[in-house]
Parts: sequence; C-alpha cells; structure tokens
Amino acid sequence: MTTTETSTRTSGGIGESPLRPDGRLKVTGRFAYSSDLWHEDMVWGVTLRSPHPHARIVAIDTTAALAVPGVDAVLTAADVPGRNATGLEHQDTPALADEVVRYEGEPVALVAADHPETARRAAARIVVTYEELPALTDPRRALDEDAPQVHAQGNLVREMHIRRGDPEPTAPVVVSLEFEVGMQDQAFLGPESGLAIPDGEGGLDLHVATQWLHVDQQQIQGVLGLGPEQVRLHLAGVGGAFGGREDLSMHVHASLLALHTGRPVKMSYSREESFFGHVHRHPAWLRYEFGADHDGRLRYASADILFDGGAYASSTGAVVGNGGTLGLGPYAIPNVRVDARGVYTNNPPCGAMRGFGCVQAAFAHEALMDELADRLGMDRVAIRALNGMREGDRNITGQVIDSAAPVAELIGIVRDLPLPAPRAEVDLRELPGGVSNTTHGEGVVRGVGYAVTYKNVGFSEGFDDYSTARVRLELTGGEPVATVHTAAAEVGQGLITVEQQICRTELGVERVVVHPKDTTVGSGGSTSASRQTYVTGGAVKAACEAVRTTVLARATELLGRTGLHLDGDKVVSATGEVVAGLAEVLADGGVEETVEWRHRPTHPIDPETGQGDAHVQYAFSAHRAVVDVDVELGLVKVVALDTAQDVGKAINPDAVVGQIHGGSAQGMGLALMEEIVVTDGHVRNPSFTDYLIPTILDMPPMQVEVLEYADPHAPYGVRGVGEPPTISSGPAVAAAVRAATGKALRRVPLRPEAITGV
Amino acid sequence: MDFLTPTTWADALAAKAEQPDAVPVSGGTDVMVEINFDRRRPPALLDLTRVPDLREWTHDDDGRVRLGAGVTYARIITELGRTLPGLAMAARTVGSPQIRHRGTVGGNLGAASPAGDSHPALLAADAVVEVASVRGTRQVPVAEFYTGVKRNALAPDELIAAVLLAPATGPQQFCKIGTRNAMVISVSAFGLALHPGRRAVGTGIGSAAPTPRPADEAAAFLAGELDAAGLWESRGPLPEGLAAEFGHRVRAAAAPIDDVRGTAAYRLHTLSVMARRAATWAWDEHRGADARRAA
Ligand SMILES: Cc1cc2nc3c(=O)[nH]c(=O)nc-3n(C[C@H](O)[C@H](O)[C@H](O)COP(=O)(O)OP(=O)(O)OC[C@H]3O[C@@H](n4cnc5c(N)ncnc54)[C@H](O)[C@@H]3O)c2cc1C
Repeated sequence: MTTTETSTRTSGGIGESPLRPDGRLKVTGRFAYSSDLWHEDMVWGVTLRSPHPHARIVAIDTTAALAVPGVDAVLTAADVPGRNATGLEHQDTPALADEVVRYEGEPVALVAADHPETARRAAARIVVTYEELPALTDPRRALDEDAPQVHAQGNLVREMHIRRGDPEPTAPVVVSLEFEVGMQDQAFLGPESGLAIPDGEGGLDLHVATQWLHVDQQQIQGVLGLGPEQVRLHLAGVGGAFGGREDLSMHVHASLLALHTGRPVKMSYSREESFFGHVHRHPAWLRYEFGADHDGRLRYASADILFDGGAYASSTGAVVGNGGTLGLGPYAIPNVRVDARGVYTNNPPCGAMRGFGCVQAAFAHEALMDELADRLGMDRVAIRALNGMREGDRNITGQVIDSAAPVAELIGIVRDLPLPAPRAEVDLRELPGGVSNTTHGEGVVRGVGYAVTYKNVGFSEGFDDYSTARVRLELTGGEPVATVHTAAAEVGQGLITVEQQICRTELGVERVVVHPKDTTVGSGGSTSASRQTYVTGGAVKAACEAVRTTVLARATELLGRTGLHLDGDKVVSATGEVVAGLAEVLADGGVEETVEWRHRPTHPIDPETGQGDAHVQYAFSAHRAVVDVDVELGLVKVVALDTAQDVGKAINPDAVVGQIHGGSAQGMGLALMEEIVVTDGHVRNPSFTDYLIPTILDMPPMQVEVLEYADPHAPYGVRGVGEPPTISSGPAVAAAVRAATGKALRRVPLRPEAITGV
Repeated sequence: MDFLTPTTWADALAAKAEQPDAVPVSGGTDVMVEINFDRRRPPALLDLTRVPDLREWTHDDDGRVRLGAGVTYARIITELGRTLPGLAMAARTVGSPQIRHRGTVGGNLGAASPAGDSHPALLAADAVVEVASVRGTRQVPVAEFYTGVKRNALAPDELIAAVLLAPATGPQQFCKIGTRNAMVISVSAFGLALHPGRRAVGTGIGSAAPTPRPADEAAAFLAGELDAAGLWESRGPLPEGLAAEFGHRVRAAAAPIDDVRGTAAYRLHTLSVMARRAATWAWDEHRGADARRAA
C-alpha cells in the first residue's frame, strides 16, 4: 500500500469543513429534488393500494379506468413481464400484489395519465373485488399454531440465539423488565419520487431518490425481465432517507409504466402515500434480565426480543442480527443468553431505519441499567463506567473489540458537561407546553437521564461489503482537476463533500468534480449502516492512491528520476527538490483508475451459539438528557441533550456535528412523540398533522464533544458517525422523564397519558 | 374550478349569492390543505383576500372591537395583544409563523373545527359573529355559531364579515394541550375570561366535544362563589379548593372522545388541570398580586 502523502498546500482536505456544494442551493430552495424532475413528454403514474391488511384478490376490473380520457395505461400483476418479486434479503415482495394483499397500502395496480389528477380519478375507478382474510396484527401471536399465515413458509423471518458462558448463571442481585417500542417512521421530507425514461430500445433510464442504486437496479431488472445494461439508474436529489429508501418504492412501478407506454413516467407520492410507500422502524417487545454482584458488576444478562417485521421481510433478518448481537449494549458481560426474533404480520412492513435494531434494544438495556443502579443504590454513571466495554474486551458474540471502546470516558464526559441553569423566571417558551401556556411552573419537575450505546458500522455477518471509486486526474484549462465517480448515494449527509476532501488530500488538487451518481460505475454499496465515509471513503482514497502511483510512474519515465512523490500539485524528489509541476506530467493526457475496495471481512455467527466476529467496527456514544416534566399534564420540555461520541477521525467536523444533532433529535422524537399508530392493521395517522416529529422548539441546543480515537483498521481511522446518536439520545430522554416522574414508563413514545397515569 | 375574485364586500356577497357552492378562501390554510389532499373539489373558490374591509379591525359604536374576518393571527398578536389578550394568547399557539401570517379567525370560524384554537377564547369573551349576505346582516353569539362537527350557522349565501368582541375588562387566559411544544393541533384547550364589571366569568372548551362549547355551569359557579364571598370587590385570595372545584365542573361540561391524538380520559383530566390553573392565574392577576403575563 502506498503511504498517505498529505498536502500542505491544498485547502479543503480532510479534517476541514469546506462548504458543501449542495448547501447553498438547499437553504435557498433551489436544489432540485427528485420530486422536481420534469420531462416535456412525461405522463404521471399513480398507485392503487389495498385498503385491507389481508385479503384475497378475487378480480380486478380496469375497464372503467381505461375509459377515462387522458389515461395511457392501467397495469396489474398480470402485466409484469419478468419475475414479480423484489426484496432486499428475501424476494418475497411482489411489485404488484398477485392474488393476495398482505398489508394496508400494498400496491395493487398502476395508472399512467397525462395529469396526476386524471390518473388518481382513473385509479379510483379500478374495481378490485377482495375477499377479506383473517389478519395477523399482533406479532406476539405470530408463532402460535393457530395464527393466520402471512406467507406460505410460515411467520418466522429470522431468529437468532446467542449463548455465552454459564448456561444457568446466578447472581445475588437480579433485575428484570419488559419494554415496548412503538413504530417510528423515517419521516424524510422528500417524498418517494422519480422519473423513468424509456430509451426506445426496450430499456430505460430511471432517475430516482434512493440509498443504493445497484441493489435497486438488480431488483428492477428482474421484474422487468431485462439485463443490467438496459436498466440504468441515476441518483436524483434525495430529500432525506434514514433507511426508508433502502427498499424499492415507485422504482419498478414507474419503470413498468414507462416501458408499457413508451413515454417518460413521473411518480411522486403525497405525504399520506409516503407513509404507506416505505418501510418503518420495527416495533419491538423486549424482556430483559440482568444479574449482578453487589458491587454492580454484571454477571449475566438475558434478553428476549421480538421485532414486528410486518407483511414483507425487507431487512428484518439483519435487524434481528443487530438486535441480537448488539442488544445488550456496550457492556462486558460474561454470561449471556439472547433470543431475538423477527416475524411476519399483516402490519405495515418494517425494515431499515437509522440505528437498525439497536435503537429498540437500547431503550431496554439502558432502562434496566438504571434499575440495577437504583436497586444497588449506585450512581447511574458509575455503574455504566464499571461495566462499560474496554478495548480488548470480547463482546457477547465473542468478538474482540480491537480499537477504542471508550464507554467509561464518554459517559464521564457527558456527566461533567455543565448542567443547564435552573429556571429563573417564567418564560413560557422554556416550559413544557411552550406558549400553549399550560404551566407557569406548577407541576414542573426536572429530571436527568443517561444512556450509552454502541453500533456496528458497515454490513455484517459475512456480507461482501465493498464500494467502487473511479478517480480521474487531468488538465482542464491548464489546471489539474480531479473527477471522482462513485455510485454511493448522497442523501443529505455530505458524502460528496467527503469525496472531494479525500481527493484534495490525496492528490493535492483544489478542484474536484463529483461526477453524478449513476450505475455506469460499479456499486458503492448502501448509504446506510453509517458506512459511506468508511467504505466509499476508503474506495476513493484507494483510487486516488492508484492514480498517484500511475502519475509518479509517468513522472519517473518522463524525468528519468526515481524516488519521487507528490506534494500538492508539485512532483518532488526524495531530497525535497521540486522537479516538475503536476501539470507537466499530465500534459500528455489524464490518468484514471477504478478501484473496488473492501473493509476487513466479517463472518457469519454460529447458528446455535451466536458466536462469531460478526461486525467490522463499533461506534460508541453517550447522551445526557435534562428534561422538565409537567407531571400533572404529562408534557415534556427537553432542556438539554448533550452528547459525547468517538468518531475515530472527523473527516468533516461540521458534518459530524450535523449528524450528531440530527441523530439526537430523531432519537428524542421516538422517546417522546414519534409513532405510527396501527390499529387492527390500519395506520391511523399517516400525516404530519398527526405523526409528530420534533420542531425547533422541542429540540434544545446541544453540547457535543467529539473524540477522535483513530481505528487503526479503517481509512484515516474513521468510525461511522450517523447512527449512534439516534440510539443513545432516546433512552437518555426516557431516563430523564423517569427520573422526573418516578414512574417506570416501559413503553416509548412516552405518551402524556402514560406520564400522568390517566 | 372557477376562481372568483371580488374586490369589494358587496361583490363578494353577490358572488356568494349567485354561486352558493363557491368555497370562500381567506388565508387558505384549511382550504388549500383539503384541496391538496384531494378531499374537496369545490366547483368554485371565492377569494376574499382582495376585499380590503375584511382585513381591518376597528371599534364599533358600542366600543367593541370589530375584527374583520380576514385579520391574521400575526396581526392579532402584535396589534391586539392588550385589548384581546385571550384571543392573542390563542393566536400565539396556532401552527407556525407561516400559518399565523396567513391564517385568520374568520377562517377558523368557517372551518368550525372543534380543535380550532380561537374558539375557546371567543367563547370566553362572549364574542359575536357578524355574518352577512345580500339579504342583510345578522349577529350570532359565538356559542350559537357552532352547530356540529365542522359545521356552523352560516346559510349557503352568507359570509362571515367580522367578529365583535368587547375589549378585555379583566384577566383572560388560554391554555392548550399538545404533544409537542409547537405546531400541534390541540388535544384539549381551555379559554377563560374574568368580567369583573359584570361579575361574570366566561369559559370555552376546545377539542373535547363535537363543537367548541362554553362550560356555563362552571362559569356561573365560579362567578357566584366569588360574588357570595364579596371577592370581586375585596380582591381577596381564592378560597381553598375553589379553583379545583371549578376545574372539576369544567371537566364535567366536556364530552370528549378517544382518538389518535389523545384519550377521552386524558382530555377530561387536562381540562380540569388547565381550568384550575387558568382560574388561579387570572385571579392572581385580578388581585394585582401577580402581573405575570404570557411571554
Ligand atoms: C400547518 C398548519 C398548522 C395549523 N395549526 C393550527 C393550529 O394550531 N390551530 C388552529 O386552530 N388551526 C390550525 N390550522 C388550521 C388553520 O390554519 C386555521 O383554521 C385558520 O384559522 C384558517 O384560517 P384561513 O384564513 O387560512 O382559512 P381558509 O383556509 O381560507 O378557510 C377556512 C374555512 O373557512 C371558510 N371561510 C374563510 N373565510 C370565510 C368568510 N369570510 N366567510 C365564510 N367562510 C369563510 C372557508 O371556506 C373554509 O371553509 C393549521 C393549518 C395548517 C396548514
């Protein structure tokens, strides 16, 4: 491997926070999101969805819809040319429902028309005759013998068992609890949307907001019955993702309509449809037990975790994997039993969301850690520091944590950050309820809560997790310019800036063009699992190194000298003498290299014991929440939400803090308000009127402490950043509310009804 | 869809008479949401934003504020915070700055949602709704204006011209429960006004019955107890338990349901707490012992 040669001349490299190229456009409202896509000849596609959680489709009559003037096509499962099956882990999801619908909102038919309203009117005239079937809506019943079967192969998606140490451990102090986590939504602001443009030769170009172009491409081509070269994907402007764009939404539908009509087809969901158009975070039921010595040291832990996967598998298997392998938190525990399951039901499908299986578990293990501390009369920070993992420890799957694991330090940092001043005078905006004027201080009690977490970075359990980068260095107007091309999706997190920064650092050029993201370069892997700065960053770094090697080889040939290296845009001899400018070396043409880059392999875990090196890297964070609770009304004001996180190396410090702010808000949202309410398989609040996410008046300013303990195995020492804050913030908030109210509060979101007990 | 754009009040009334199924638009913060969500496709929209009179507030001959139906919440907060404190407090809780800059009390009355935030304040202040048509003008006490869930007393050819409210002569309070600290539809709401001049108490309940409604029995009880103890004049402290008893009686006036925003039991509970607290704050203010006002 070539050594990193960090330029002293180039600004905007790693460790700085250069302006994001999309930043100004976004804050001034000029950024083109996927919902802004337009084509002169386009028609509009809409989706007809199932009103039932479980029903047999007896007949579909499209006659009346086709008769509507302006309608170009009405398609059903019968019109799918290829294999009517998609899915990330299991190909169990029909592109259009065939014979059976398994959840409310499942796509049944498509309409293309010259106006979206015409398409909607026509869709309403499609007559679908359903025969309702008994619906399985309580996941706790999914494995009962008499439970309705959602799929022929049974209702179990995956189960995982982890066994470590003494199978029948005992301890002098035992605490246990049951916890329940409601269904959170990613609530990205840019609805699912895209534009499919047929090429007249049987193939098409699909412009779409997504998290992983190549995995979409694979699934789409299967449904269309086409080759990969015939289905070309282009990343359109992504308005947030958080896991909700890992599965297909309108991709196949627009493509089917485009091929069928021969016209560009645009689809863009409304907010309401969006709630039915993507997977959600798994609701979970958790039963935990900790056994400890009198000094607070954990002797054993056991956990039963149930995830409601909903009607289709999506990434339920991997969520079970995370919930299982990481479900006891960042603690060293000698004896362990974990059983984690994910099941099918006729509820909305659940899949990836930021924090991925760890979020649910963290609410339980952190609540139980507080319970244990209280039982022992111990300090809640001290008990975490005592049991926290350290570098070199083995986790519950037996994997050695082979880089920093600063649990005790992180929790200590947040404890020592200045606390907010007690309320001085009455300013309604500082009180629970805000200007809604429900208290002037009456009933308000302050509480403080702590939580720590760890999260795997990248794909796990033996998955071939790689990214591809193509870097070209050439002269443009006499100046060396680098172009970086990856298919890794920018979803708002700032990846394109990171790609530029790495090129600047590695190649010493100021100007770095980020090629539009598409499938003409190899896969970048998923923008999820906090992995892109690590994996695509690693690929870009490797591609730059390959370019540099080629450039220096050329310089060696050109100048007849060896021992050369690059310093900024200068070619320098071993003695430090500038022997040529980069421009001279590139005068004969550019240099381009494409590299496929992999992180260290991970391994499947043993199906019986759950032991194995399942993950490539772990990221740690801690939060301290301070809340004021109006205990009489059950309203909460989060006064402070402070955090410390080890990021290995902050490639872009501003972006790191941005991720931590956003992730913390999202975790707090789950603790206090965010829930898709599902009753008997029906979603009751598919709108931003009733699915509440925190506003700026709910989110306090944060103190953020960023540690940089380089991971020696990762490029530049980076550690994934995006997910840990979402995991530890919610449990800290919940703990603070428990501290203020003295109530157990074993379900999130913490509804005011539960806080008041009415 | 026709888009009617009268520029005078007379033209607006004529247009409504001619096309009674035309839907008036003021700020559009309810109407446009319904159209965007495809819940409503009216044959015509009647744009009222070009009628200048609707956007003004004045004083009528009786000294009441005549609040044009098209005055926005933002203006109520900045221009009428002292004169109509209860309504201004309610206005502050509406939506976001954008919504407060477009939304109007006329629109809130037009929509007549049980969750509309202006209603408890209007009820507590004994507001009167001035409605008009080519047939003439009539005044409807606000408590009679709400006739059912999202229904009001307007005839098909009528428009809301204004709301008439006496300037506050005593303390007013408005409280609203929502599950986040801003931009939230009320789970329950309560408006209170003390009218020391006539030794009366005004109340309004929101989101806890099919329509906004006053808690008349509770109001009469509180006023009566204050009277009996001579407290209106003496401005003495509230007798122990009086505010709580008032809260219980307000609660008894409500008839809420369970829905996705909250349970009926929680709504009842919060009404009694809000009423107790609001009565305490209002009385404290009346006594001059506590000049705290909403920030
Ligand atoms: C994001 C958001 C947040 C919101 N938050 C709140 C909130 O916190 N509290 C709350 O109470 N409301 C809220 N609303 C609802 C809405 O803003 C209010 O009801 C507002 O008062 C409506 O006023 P408008 O002028 O925009 O009404 P419009 O939408 O123009 O009209 C509303 C109704 O009144 C009728 N109408 C309007 N003017 C007249 C007239 N002069 N004569 C007869 N009929 C008329 C219309 O035909 C329509 O039926 C919110 C809305 C949105 C979109």
